[in-house]
Amino acid sequence: MSSDKKETTIVAFCCLYCAYAAADLAGSMRLQYPSNIRILRTPCTGRLEVEYFMKAFEDGADGVIVAGCEEGSCHFKEGNLVAKRRVNYAKKLLSEAGLESDRLRMVNVSAASARKLVDYLKEMADTIEKLGPSPLHTGKQLAKQESKS
Amino acid sequence: MIVAERKTIPELIDILRGHKNILVLGCGTCVTVCLAGGEREVSIIASALRIASRTQNLGFKVSELTIERQCDNIFIEQAAEAIDKCDAVLSLGCGAGVQAIAERYPRKPVYAGLNTKFLGVLEERGVWTEKCAACGACVLHEYGGICPVTRCAKHMLNGPCGGSREDRCEVSPDRPCAWQLIYQRLKSIGQLQKLEQVTMPKNWGASLNGGPRTIIREDHRI
Repeated sequence: MSSDKKETTIVAFCCLYCAYAAADLAGSMRLQYPSNIRILRTPCTGRLEVEYFMKAFEDGADGVIVAGCEEGSCHFKEGNLVAKRRVNYAKKLLSEAGLESDRLRMVNVSAASARKLVDYLKEMADTIEKLGPSPLHTGKQLAKQESKS
Repeated sequence: MIVAERKTIPELIDILRGHKNILVLGCGTCVTVCLAGGEREVSIIASALRIASRTQNLGFKVSELTIERQCDNIFIEQAAEAIDKCDAVLSLGCGAGVQAIAERYPRKPVYAGLNTKFLGVLEERGVWTEKCAACGACVLHEYGGICPVTRCAKHMLNGPCGGSREDRCEVSPDRPCAWQLIYQRLKSIGQLQKLEQVTMPKNWGASLNGGPRTIIREDHRI
């Protein structure tokens, strides 16, 4: 794991009915996902608002991944489709604000797709590693490093 | 309601460049309903501006507040403290709201964060359409409640024109012909005879063409 990867944080909003269960299953299957992923359980990805993604970046996330049910399989019928549109809107806003839109991504997995979820999380970690730490909290990191030294 | 749309973040940056303490001021009335300038949009736009400030080193310090109505002095009062503390106000109200704030605070730069578009209705979730041009002399009673001034591309009062194609307007196949709608509506309410009357040219003096309008109600003045 590179130093960049260690220093970055990726927030994963996982739907209770699919991705969160898949993450649980990944644990049971002893599948490892990158250690900089922080999983947050959400009752449905449709519950997530655009400002949640914006605040996550403002508060120090380097990447945000939204993991919802496969299209057509949402427990609340179309929450994942709502989330997809909100993620797309937030990507546009981030891009307008000068932050790479690839730092935010939506994926769809079923509760049984532990391996697929882990692959998506690894892909996201790789993307963030390539992009480097978010420019929003570079100052904070430097301050932290300075206080350590 | 008044329907508005947000300006892009680069546009807002250009408008706000040079200011430090910026208040993003929302309005809890029309623009909240059309999802352009309510509490949620204030939070999103303020967040985007803070992100832009940090990525582009703009030095913005952005605060947020939403009041019930920006076009009313009683509610503007609630924002007094926050407005006093900031260098500039980015109003997410409609054009009337922006001007009401600017008039109340003559020494404070007040900028519009939205493009005010039209008077309209929520057609379906996420879709708003224009229904009223605020022409100042309503003719809806003549046309079965469908406004030819707003909904006919040519504003024709004696339509339809030759461009009506299979109930669609020639301007765009997505747009229904207002005169087809008027015909159907008058037919369904049994008032088709109204179409036999020729309407005389409209007096546009009551509209914005006569300059900004004022309504005075002496019975309500103090």
